[in-house]
Amino acid sequence: MSVDKATVARIAALARIRLGEDEVAALEPELNKILAWVELLGEVDVSGIEPMTNGAPGVLVLREDVVDADPLTGGGKRDAVLANAPAAAHGFFGVPKVIE
Amino acid sequence: MSDLTELGVTAIRDGVAAGDFSAREVAQAFNAAIAAAQPALNAFITPTPDHALAAAERIDADRAAGRPLGRLAGVPIGMKDLFCTQGVRTTAASHILGHFVPPYESTVSGRLWDAGAGMLGKLNLDEFAMGSSNETSAFGKVISPWRRGHNQDPAPIAPGGSSGGSSAAVAARLCPAATGTDTGGSIRQPAAFTGIAGIKPGYGRCSRWGIVAFASSLDQAGAMARDVRDCAVLLEAMAGHDPKDATSLDAPVPGWTAALDADLSGCTIGIPREYRMDGMDAEVAKSWELGIAWLKDAGARVIDISLPHTHYALPAYYIIAPAEASSNLARYDGVRYGLRDLPEGAGLQDMYAATRAAGFGAEVRRRIMIGTYVLSAGFYDAYFTRAQKLRTLIARDFTQAFASCDAILAPTTPTAAFALGEKSDDPLAMYLNDVFSVPASLAGLPAMSVPAGLNGEGLPLGLQVIGRPLDEQGVLNAALAIEQRAGFVARPARWWA
Amino acid sequence: MASLSQSSYRIDGATGAWEVVIGLEVHAQIASRAKLFSGAATAFGAEPNAQVSLVDAAMPGMLPVPNKECIRQAVRTGLAVDAPINRVSRFDRKNYFYADLPQGYQISQLYHPLVGEGHIEISLDDKRAGADSEPAVKRIGIERIHVEQDAGKLMHDQHPTMSYVDLNRSGVALMEIVSRPDMRSPAEAGAYLRKLRAILRYVGSCDGNMEEGSMRADVNVSVRKPGQPFGTRTETKNVNSVRFVMAAIEHEANRQVDVLEAGGSIVQETRLFDPDSGTTRSMRSKEDAHDYRYFPDPDLLPLVLDEAFIGECRESLPELPDAKRHRYETALGLTAYAAGVLTAEVETARWFEALAGASAAAQGRSLAEVARQAANWLLSDLFGALAKAGRTLDNSPVSPVAGAELLALVAKGTISNTIAKQVLEKMIESGEGAAAIVTREGLTQTSDTGAIEAAVAAVLAAHAEKVDQYRAGKEALFGFFVGQTMKAMQGKANPQLVNELLKQALG
Ligand SMILES: [Mg+2]
Ligand SMILES: [Zn+2]
Repeated sequence: MSVDKATVARIAALARIRLGEDEVAALEPELNKILAWVELLGEVDVSGIEPMTNGAPGVLVLREDVVDADPLTGGGKRDAVLANAPAAAHGFFGVPKVIE
Repeated sequence: MSDLTELGVTAIRDGVAAGDFSAREVAQAFNAAIAAAQPALNAFITPTPDHALAAAERIDADRAAGRPLGRLAGVPIGMKDLFCTQGVRTTAASHILGHFVPPYESTVSGRLWDAGAGMLGKLNLDEFAMGSSNETSAFGKVISPWRRGHNQDPAPIAPGGSSGGSSAAVAARLCPAATGTDTGGSIRQPAAFTGIAGIKPGYGRCSRWGIVAFASSLDQAGAMARDVRDCAVLLEAMAGHDPKDATSLDAPVPGWTAALDADLSGCTIGIPREYRMDGMDAEVAKSWELGIAWLKDAGARVIDISLPHTHYALPAYYIIAPAEASSNLARYDGVRYGLRDLPEGAGLQDMYAATRAAGFGAEVRRRIMIGTYVLSAGFYDAYFTRAQKLRTLIARDFTQAFASCDAILAPTTPTAAFALGEKSDDPLAMYLNDVFSVPASLAGLPAMSVPAGLNGEGLPLGLQVIGRPLDEQGVLNAALAIEQRAGFVARPARWWA
Repeated sequence: MASLSQSSYRIDGATGAWEVVIGLEVHAQIASRAKLFSGAATAFGAEPNAQVSLVDAAMPGMLPVPNKECIRQAVRTGLAVDAPINRVSRFDRKNYFYADLPQGYQISQLYHPLVGEGHIEISLDDKRAGADSEPAVKRIGIERIHVEQDAGKLMHDQHPTMSYVDLNRSGVALMEIVSRPDMRSPAEAGAYLRKLRAILRYVGSCDGNMEEGSMRADVNVSVRKPGQPFGTRTETKNVNSVRFVMAAIEHEANRQVDVLEAGGSIVQETRLFDPDSGTTRSMRSKEDAHDYRYFPDPDLLPLVLDEAFIGECRESLPELPDAKRHRYETALGLTAYAAGVLTAEVETARWFEALAGASAAAQGRSLAEVARQAANWLLSDLFGALAKAGRTLDNSPVSPVAGAELLALVAKGTISNTIAKQVLEKMIESGEGAAAIVTREGLTQTSDTGAIEAAVAAVLAAHAEKVDQYRAGKEALFGFFVGQTMKAMQGKANPQLVNELLKQALG
C-alpha cells in the first residue's frame, strides 16, 4: 500500500499536525519508502496467531477503591495540576472558545 | 585522590563510606567535568550541579552522624531527560516540553535518590527517545567523545541514541553512571557506540511511572555505566514493583550484584544464525567470534540456535512503536502544559495543529504520521494487527530457543558508530541500526551490551547478551565473563576540555 | 402476557406511515469513591479541577491502574441484565482530540468488552390505575456493556473568547450500556430508560441521578416505512433526562421524515439536543469524520476475571425488580398494579418491605396476611397524604415502623379507617406516633352498645321519611343511615356494631 499527497494531508489532519504543502510533498516519498519496507510482513502466514499487545507477562492487577490512597495518583492538587498550563484562569484550563 | 571522575559507582560508594573522600568532593569533581565538556559534547540538556551537591551534603552529614548509608550513597549520576524530576525541567528533548517542570518525581528517579544518589543533570537524548544518533534532539546533537582514526579524525561521531547523552557522558567520565531507557535498543546501541556497558532489564522490572512515554509496550528503563558490576548496582536500586504501573512486574528484585559470577560452567549460550546477515561488517563478525571464544573460555557450552522470524522484527517494531507513540503523544496539545501556538483567530483544533507542528521535530512528526496511518480505518488489521502477530512469533522464537540454551550472544549493532549527519537524511538507514536490538525489545527480554573491543578506526564495538524472562542475572554473568576477557581499557582522548 | 413487539406508534407523513427505530447508548456513572484509573475522588459538586490527579490531567509519564470496585459494579450490572461476563476483556484506546479529553484518547473497550449480550423487559402500562391484568411486556436487547472513562467538562459562557476546562469528571468510571435498536416509540424508549435506571439503582452500580449527569443517553434514531430495512441513523449525544430523550426522538424522527419526504437523504451524524426548543441540531465540533484508531491500550494488560470474583458479584445481587414484582403478586397476593408500582423504584420497595415487616411483627401475623393492608395504605393513604403535604417517601416524616403502628391500631379495631386517615395527617404534621395521637385526641373507636343505640334512635327519629322509604324497599338508603350514625358518633363507633344495631332498629 502507498500513500498519495491527499492521504498524507488527511493523516496529518487526523494527527493534528499542521503541514505546509512542501512538507506534505517531502513526507510522501519518505512514508512510502517506510511503508514499502514494512510490506515485508505480508510474507508471513499469521493465521491463527494471537496478537501480542505488551511485553509484560501476566494479567491486570486491580487496585482498591480508595480515594487519594497514594498522593501521587490522588486528587486535591489543583495548583500542581495547573502549574504548567499555558492559559489557566480561575482554576480552569483555558482554551480558545469552542462552539459545539 | 587525583581525579575522582575516574571512579565508577562502586568505587565512589565504597570510598565515600570509607571516608577516603567526601561525597561533596565527588559531586564537585563531576560538576566541574560537566561544565568543561558541555560546550563540546552537549551531553546535558539541563545540568543540575546544585542537586548533586545537596544530595552529597546530605550523605556526608549522614555519614558524620553515623546514620546508615544507602546502596548509592554519595554517587552522583546523570538522568536521561525522559524521567520526570520534581521541580527540575523535563523536556524529552522536545521543544513542546521545553519549559515543562514536573510537580512529581518518576518512580525510578525517586528510588535512586532514596538510595543516596544525587543528580548531576538531565541528559540529552533523541526527541521523545525517537532516534539512534541523538541528532533529533531539539536541544542540539550530542557529540560522542570518541573519534575515528584512533581519536585523530575531528569529524563528530554519533554517541548513539536515543540515550546518547547518557552514553556520551558516561564514556567521557562526566558521570559514573546514568539512567537510560530502551524501546528498541536505546540503551544497548549507544552503550555499544561509546564503549560502555548498558542493561535493559526485562519489561516490567523498572516502573514506567513518570517516564515520558514513547511506546508503552516496549519502553524499559535501565542502567548505563562503565562496567557490568556498576550496571548491576544501579539497576538494583532502580528496579522493583510499583503499584502505579499496571505493567510493573510484581516480583522481588534479586541481589544481582551479590550473585555476579563469571564462571559459566554448565551454562549454554545460543548463537542465532539469523543474525549472521549478508554483508555483515567483518569487524563486527570478528568481535562476535571473539565473544564466542571468551564464553567458551568461561566454561559455557556454545550452540547454534535459530530465531526464524528475526528478519521481521524491525518492520514489526516500526509499526508497533510509531502506532503507540502516535497515541502517547496526543496529550501534547498545548492545553495543560508545554508549548502552545495559538495563531491569530485560531480555534481549538487549529491550535492543536499549530502547536504540534511547532513543537515536534521532523522525526517525531514522521513517526506520528506512520503510527496514525497504520492505526487508521482500513489499515489497522493489515499493518498493526499483523505486526502484533509477528511480535507473537518473534517472542515464540525466543521461547523455543531458550529450551536449548540459557542466554543468547549476538552483536549489539551492525556497525560501529557512524559520523553525525551520515544517516540523518535516510530514516530507513537509521532504523536499520536497531536490527539486532529490536527482537529482545519486542519479546520483553532482558538484554545487555558490553564493550568487546575497538574496530580498525579505533571505535568501540559492543556484544549483546539476551537472557530468559526474569533472568537479568544470567545476562549480567555472561556479560561479566566477556568483560573480564575483553580487557577493554580503551577510552576516548580528552579532546573536549 | 400481551406482546408489544408490533408497536403501533407511527409518524403519518405525506407519503404514508413511518416507523421509528430507536437504540440507546446509556452512559451510567459507576458508583465508586475513586476514579476508574486514578485515586482522585468522584463526588459531585467539587470546585473546578479540585478532584484531578496527575493521571487524570494526563501529565507526561502518568499511567492508568484500574479500580476493582468499578469492574465489580459493571459485572454485577451485567449479571442483573442476564448477560454473560467475559472472563477475558481488554481496554482499548479511542483516539481523538478534544479539550475535555486530556490524554488525546479515551480508555474504553471496543474489541473485547467486559459484558456480552443481555436484555431487560419493559412494560408500557405501569401507570394504568387499578388494572388487575398482567401489563404488556416487551424485551429490549442489550448488545454489550463496557467500561470506560468519562471526559472533563467545557464551560463556554464565562469568557468572551475562551472556553474553560474542568477535569473533575475526567477519568470517572462509566458503564456504556448499548441497547439493540429494538425500540419503536418514544414511550418505549422512556420505559426502557426508566427500567434500566431502576435496575442500576437496585443493583447499586449507579445512583441514576440524571440531573447530576450520572446517566446520559446517546439516542440513535432512524425511520423507515414498515417492513423496509433500517434507514440511516443519527446519534443525538448526551441527552440527560427521560423526558428529553422522548422529546429528542419525537423531534428527530419527524425531522427525518420531513427530510426524506422532501426528497433528501439522512446524513449519519452526531447531533445535539436543545432542551429549550425541544429540537436537535448538527454538532459543529464533531463535524469532521472521525477515525478513532482504536487499539489495545499498551499500558493495561488483559483483564482476566476468575469464577470466584464473578460468583461473589452474583451472590451480592439483591432481588431485582422483575423478581420482586412477581413475588409480591404470587407470595404476597398483591395486585399486578400494586406490585408494579411498589417495585418500580428501589426506595418504594424498601419502604414497603420495612412497613410490611413491621406490620407483621406488630400484628403477630404473617407477611402475606398483612401485605395487602400495607400496600393499600401505602399506595392510597400515605402517597396521598404525603402529596398533600408536598412531600415524598424520601423525606416522609412517617417511618415504616410508625406506619405499622397505625395499621396495627386499625387491625385491632382500636380505630376505624376513617379515623386512621385523620391520624395519618396529624402524624405527618407533628411527627408524633399513632397511638399517642389516638390517646391524646380520644379517637379510640367505641363499642359501647348503649351509646350507639341512642345515636341510632336519634338518627332514625330525625329522618322518619327516609325510614319509611327504606322500609318500602329502597335499601340503598342503608348507607345513608350508617353515615349519619357514624357522624353522630364522631367517627368513633365500631362500624360493625353500627351496622348490626341499625339493621335491628330498621327491622
Ligand atoms: Mg457512543
Ligand atoms: Zn461511551
